[in-house]
Amino acid sequence: MKFKTEIDIAINKFIGKKGTLIPLLQNAQDIEGYLSKKVMSYISEKTGIKLAHIYGVATFYTMFRLKAQGKHIIRVCKGTACHVSDANSIMNEINNLLGLSGEEDTTKDKKFTVMPVACLGCCSLAPVIMVDDNTYGKLTPDSIGKILKKYE
Amino acid sequence: MSLVIKVGLASCGLAAGAGEVYETILKHVKKNGIDATVKKTACIGMCFVEPLVEIYEEEKKSITYGDVTSENVGNIIDAFSKGKPIEENVIMSNILKGSENKTYKKQKRIVLRNCGIIDPVSIDDYLATEGYKALEKSVKDISRENIINEIKNSGLRGRGGAGFPTGLKWEFAYNAKSEKKYIVCNADEGDPGAFMDRSVLEGDPHSVIEGMIIGAYAIGADEGYIYCRAEYPLAIKHLEIAIEQATEKGYIGNKIFGTDFNFDLHIKEGAGAFVCGEETALMASIEGKRGMPTIRPPFPAQSGLWGKPTNINNVETFANIAWIILNGANEYAKYGTEKSKGTKVFALAGKIKNSGLIEVPMGMPLKDVIYDVGGGMKTEKPFKGVQLGGPSGGCLPAELLDTIVDYDSINKTGAIMGSGGMVVMDTSSCMVDIAKFFLNFTQNESCGKCTFCRIGTKRMLEILTRITEGKGKMEDLDTLEELSQNIIKGSLCGLGQTAPNPVLTTLKYFREEYIAHIKDKTCPAGVCTALLKYEVIEDKCIGCTVCAMKCPVNCISGERKQVHNIDQDACIKCGACYDACKFDAIKKG
Repeated sequence: MKFKTEIDIAINKFIGKKGTLIPLLQNAQDIEGYLSKKVMSYISEKTGIKLAHIYGVATFYTMFRLKAQGKHIIRVCKGTACHVSDANSIMNEINNLLGLSGEEDTTKDKKFTVMPVACLGCCSLAPVIMVDDNTYGKLTPDSIGKILKKYE
Repeated sequence: MSLVIKVGLASCGLAAGAGEVYETILKHVKKNGIDATVKKTACIGMCFVEPLVEIYEEEKKSITYGDVTSENVGNIIDAFSKGKPIEENVIMSNILKGSENKTYKKQKRIVLRNCGIIDPVSIDDYLATEGYKALEKSVKDISRENIINEIKNSGLRGRGGAGFPTGLKWEFAYNAKSEKKYIVCNADEGDPGAFMDRSVLEGDPHSVIEGMIIGAYAIGADEGYIYCRAEYPLAIKHLEIAIEQATEKGYIGNKIFGTDFNFDLHIKEGAGAFVCGEETALMASIEGKRGMPTIRPPFPAQSGLWGKPTNINNVETFANIAWIILNGANEYAKYGTEKSKGTKVFALAGKIKNSGLIEVPMGMPLKDVIYDVGGGMKTEKPFKGVQLGGPSGGCLPAELLDTIVDYDSINKTGAIMGSGGMVVMDTSSCMVDIAKFFLNFTQNESCGKCTFCRIGTKRMLEILTRITEGKGKMEDLDTLEELSQNIIKGSLCGLGQTAPNPVLTTLKYFREEYIAHIKDKTCPAGVCTALLKYEVIEDKCIGCTVCAMKCPVNCISGERKQVHNIDQDACIKCGACYDACKFDAIKKG
């Protein structure tokens, strides 16, 4: 298994402490980029938490991803303020530029993963997207190309 | 004299480019040898003119500039230091005419008292504004019963949305007999269109922490959790710093202010589930489980986190506590209406001019909030509706703008106060589409436990989708209403019980728009793509060919300098031609 040492460190940090499964999984996801079957089984083995419980938690919360994701994450805000400011056209333009059909969310070269999010809380700058940890606001479809170029 | 320059560096400011402005100021000041202290602050609430920079020698003579850029900030500073401040882009000032001087005065800032004024990650700044004085007074001089009475007398009600009296909630937890109790802060602000909690946590984390410690002391808890959504990285960072500082100063830890009161505080990051805003689901999530609500009773005050008595309040509720202890319940209760005391923070967004964060006394009519404090509509398009309370709330039409901001008056309309999201819409928004938008959200976020919420919202969404595609029937409206009533009755938690509200309120106040979709197969707002038709207006078309070049499916034909034509069967209704035409020769309808 890749990243075994790092995953072990994460497990040791949380093992035996109550209510730490979610932070442990967040940690593991940060290391691997997503939660693979192998890693979830390994965590179950080491911590004694049933695999079904781990899988249940991993599938419940939208933040956990069970598939490999791109190097950069583009979060497209779909909150109310963005919706009324035509966030759909922003989403379409991103998919267009990255050649995504809307069904797949990660580009073939694994550079970008696009995901809709409920709200980024920057409603006054609607429509908004977040690339990794950077937020971009007051967007129009024309402004997307320039932003994506920064991450190529 | 030395200058003070403050830059607003909350998430909204950063997104608007405030980080770059801050760096430019540092360089400019250094390069030109200007005697100035450059300070970071958070959000003053005027997000619509970010980046914001405040500059003064004496605080009484300050000027706040909006829309500041790296290019113009140098001139602003130079002119100010020469005693001839630039008079353009002045947002607020006590010496110059600022565009928002008046709107700001209509607010009453209790929760936001420090936001945008102090450096949020400096405990010394917070202490300088009487920070932690309320905690000291509480643990040293006030009995636990009297703190609870004070909060009860203040009339403070839960700011998370439901409006349960906070003092009463504390009393329940206080009366529970247990060696171990917990206090929890709900910072899982999941409502799309709301950012009050984010701004308070980013801008004044200590006020929330102080409120929590006072609450813990009052109910007899020695451990607390702040459950914050992971989508707010800056809020989490500021909380971490604030907790560390408070621990260093001895406000968190053992023997606080030399008393026998001990308190420990942790942050739990959410993992993206709207239902975790519901208190029983939130506790399940803190315990590391799927965040699914459970039946009440037992209420958290009897059996909450890990089976122990637990008190949960929202960020804004906690941010009020220290102010009430210091200024007294009577002072707080001076603001507001008979049953809703104090102030309420709202996040104004959508098609409103002054989008951002405001705090107004309860009892103010919605009309005043939108037109006076919010500055009215952003464009010339007229007001159509205001959405209150997010996915649990409703849309109110212009006729109801005299409704005052208090829990009971807003509930009467079918909307709810909610946590404070207020999205203003003009005639370019379609109300059926808005109802569909919220149903899509709740349907996605339903945890799946209750059948009516899980399947009922799905069926409602299917019906709404059908209507927006022009395939609706008049009977659908009755089915929507019937399903709504059953979902309200058949759901365990607030998510399901309130999920139909956006549909019910739009059906009540904007029914004719549903009928237009069903009977006339048109979308009056021009939003629902399936019902749109783009046509060339022959008199206006000069044959410039721009639309034909922009069309992604090549369905526009016509020779240069000849009237063009759109092939309706091939048109995908993307609107590219409509946006591209400089002669307004394309009609959308």
